[in-house]
Amino acid sequence: MDNLFLLILTPIIGAIFLSFVCEHTLAKRGALVLSLITLGLTIPFICQFNPEGDFNYEQSYPWITAFGVNFHIGVDGISLPLLVLTNFLVPLIVLTTFKKAFKGNFYALMFFMQSGLMLVFSAMDAFTFYVGWEVALIPIYFICALWGDGDRIRVNLKFFIYTFFGSLLMLVAILYLHQQVATNDFEWHSFVSLDLEASTQRWIFWAFFIAFAIKIPIFPFHTWQPSTYTHAPAAGTMLLAGIMLKMGVYGLMRWLLPVVPEAVAIYGQLAMILCVFAVVYASIIAIQQQDSKRLIAYSSIAHVGLISAGVFTWNVTGMSGAMIQMINHGVSVVGLFFVLDIIQDRTGSRDLRELGGIAKKAPRLAIVFLIIIMGAIGLPLTNGFIGEFLLLKGIYEYSVWFAVFGGLTLILGAVYMLRLYQKTMLGTTSERTAHFVDISGVELYTLIIISAVIIYLGIFPNSLLHISSASVSVLATFLGR
Amino acid sequence: MGAIITLSILALLVLYLGLFKANKSLLPVGLVGLLVVIGLLIKDWKIDASPLYNGMILFDHYAIAFSILCTFVTILVFILSKGYFTSSSDHVAEYYTLLLFSLLGAVLVSSYHNLALLFLGIEIMSVALYILVGIRKKDPASNEAAIKYFIMGAFSTGFLLLGITLLYGASGSFDLMMIRDYVTAHPGAISPLFYGGVLLMIIGLTFKVGAAPFHFWTADVYDGAPILITSFMSTVVKVASFAGLLRLFTFSLLPLQDFWTPIFLGIVVLTLFIGNLSALMQSSFKRMLAYSSISHAGYMLFAVIGIGASSANSIFVYGASYSLATVTAFAALILVKRAVGSDHFESFNGLAKKNPYLAAILTIAMLSLAGIPLTAGFIGKFMMFSSVMAQYHIVLLLIAVLNAAIAVYYYLKVVVAMYFRTAEGKTILINANYVILFIVTTVLTILIGVYPNCFMELI
Repeated sequence: MDNLFLLILTPIIGAIFLSFVCEHTLAKRGALVLSLITLGLTIPFICQFNPEGDFNYEQSYPWITAFGVNFHIGVDGISLPLLVLTNFLVPLIVLTTFKKAFKGNFYALMFFMQSGLMLVFSAMDAFTFYVGWEVALIPIYFICALWGDGDRIRVNLKFFIYTFFGSLLMLVAILYLHQQVATNDFEWHSFVSLDLEASTQRWIFWAFFIAFAIKIPIFPFHTWQPSTYTHAPAAGTMLLAGIMLKMGVYGLMRWLLPVVPEAVAIYGQLAMILCVFAVVYASIIAIQQQDSKRLIAYSSIAHVGLISAGVFTWNVTGMSGAMIQMINHGVSVVGLFFVLDIIQDRTGSRDLRELGGIAKKAPRLAIVFLIIIMGAIGLPLTNGFIGEFLLLKGIYEYSVWFAVFGGLTLILGAVYMLRLYQKTMLGTTSERTAHFVDISGVELYTLIIISAVIIYLGIFPNSLLHISSASVSVLATFLGR
Repeated sequence: MGAIITLSILALLVLYLGLFKANKSLLPVGLVGLLVVIGLLIKDWKIDASPLYNGMILFDHYAIAFSILCTFVTILVFILSKGYFTSSSDHVAEYYTLLLFSLLGAVLVSSYHNLALLFLGIEIMSVALYILVGIRKKDPASNEAAIKYFIMGAFSTGFLLLGITLLYGASGSFDLMMIRDYVTAHPGAISPLFYGGVLLMIIGLTFKVGAAPFHFWTADVYDGAPILITSFMSTVVKVASFAGLLRLFTFSLLPLQDFWTPIFLGIVVLTLFIGNLSALMQSSFKRMLAYSSISHAGYMLFAVIGIGASSANSIFVYGASYSLATVTAFAALILVKRAVGSDHFESFNGLAKKNPYLAAILTIAMLSLAGIPLTAGFIGKFMMFSSVMAQYHIVLLLIAVLNAAIAVYYYLKVVVAMYFRTAEGKTILINANYVILFIVTTVLTILIGVYPNCFMELI
């Protein structure tokens, strides 16, 4: 039972049925079952995975023969954690929507996106990668624009055009690389074994980098992100922040570093500067936010800035840190947005000035929220600690000064996260929070699962690191080739 | 070959049926006739092509593929026309006859082997359209469009004709083969007359495909003509004109590539920007489609710039995907305009609530026009991009990327109106013939998008 293609197909097939379900109860149950089936189908991939650095579960079918496009998929230690993250987070996100009146079409879009994401994380053919990349974008655009709030139409159009523009740049680069391949195909293996001239590598670097940087988002390509996160429905934000931005980081590791190593050696430092700058810049903005959702949106820019910096260090420590931190960030951010969504549902506000004192009324929520926040700050024994530790160690190996500035994330992160906790949970109750009802049932279980994962990964990070270590080492060998 | 004769007879037959007031039988006869035409064309596929009628016509795979595409799209237009023409006139037979004659011209344009026949084909195609555009006698917009189209068309024909004459003057023949022989036999010593002729031909033909700077007629004519005629013009006529243009440049003028590539580069850049930026400004869906069709002409010219073995296929796939999406969009516009009475973007407001299926189908068509993967439009764009990439025109590709991003904005405008805005109004009903059309176009759009194999190495 380790047919990767079948795994990718499952959500799509389910989504087609779900799109006709108009009744909420049926739709949410169907969605949960479907997402659990997909998660269940993922388990054999974890159990039988051979973390030697090679691709596992490879499948290749001729697709568009005239162009040499193959539907070639497979997973290695870099893709598998993200594939698992996707399939693990989707059931959780479905659970977070249990109290909302979504119909089947909402879930259908979500599952289409899931398939697209899995395709991105497993494609070994650039064309397939591009298709997955775009297929993941369309549903999230509709999710955010249909069920969002405020100025959602304009905001999402901006988001869509931004990312679409980036994708097309990537397409041009892919087409160029395809021209250079003697065997007339789009295979990853052919792309990475190309011997490109330095000048060519440079523009290909930018074409890929801009596409990925928009998605991640890396400063200064981030301007779409805060508004999109803020105006999207909670589930949409979780999909965007939890999974989708990992597409960009994954793209850096899978397609940018190994394909144009010389250009990365030249421009890597510039990219590092952008990433580290974003850490400080976004953190400072996050500290000043009154809208709690916007706060997390900016904190997300800071976190992924550090993750991307870890990728660009191009040493095993930094990249391992990026791998584990991608997973951690995915789990934490879903938890954070879910808690904020619960607060917003109960109080009708996400403005920090109007909240406070929730801990008195809802101790259970306060405890899980604390665990999630500690994870996000990177307290030892939570998942964030090992991630940030490895990232900063990797950056330190790269350059001390970058580590100094990157390290500010620890302090600034604590500032805005604790401020968030203080303004919502502690202090005196306000009008809005005076009758806050504590979480129970689905909400409680969902948050307990998230907290458990945060603590588990904090104590046993090796369960994740051993999957990716060999592949990351292989990736490091591309350096200075 | 039998296709041309059948088509001519069919057009006359339909005209006579109208004369004898057999209005009910017009559409079935027309459809059956067109299916027979397709059948005859398919039958010719296996025959080894050689020029017929003293080298006037060449029915090779190229010609057959484009003829089938044009005929197929005409069938789609016919399906839509049920009940459409009767609302504006009692003389329905003329519509069908003129459309059929125009199609005949399109078939000739895609299969010519002699410049005289190219001229003849373009004229047959256009003259029928001059009338069709202005067929709503009492509608000033329609009249204006017809006059504009006629005068501009006559001008462009003049350029084309003079171009043909100059080519004749230099090479001594109208025959594509002879012209090619002349070009290859005199490298470096080609008469300046010939270059002048090529330039004039470029002007005449880019006018027909609606590329900038000869695009000025397009928006007004497309806007003024009845929607159905617009959909015919923007698909069949455009595709056939491209087939004609590409044939001339691949078959005869290829050795002069260095001369005409820079010209086309300029035309493409102008076309892309003018088409997209103008489309961006429109508040009418119909005018938006008109301008976007200009920008699509720009993308299709990519195949001429990146001319090579796959150019014909690129234009074929692009033309097919563009036609499918455009016909769908115009069909949806007809339905919406009938219900709301306006062709502005606002009339699409809340369509997802009024008719979710129509909204979904139109969304797929828009995504295809925008070139999103898993739709036919993406494959078309992909082929175009890669054919240009083969010649390393990377700056051009970056311009194209910028334009594609602009285009997404206006294509999504209608999606935004349908899904994210609300409006009062009753549900929009779809007739059976529209249902058939939508199923055919949407299934084909997705089929070509997901598994384009069978289309990509056709020619």
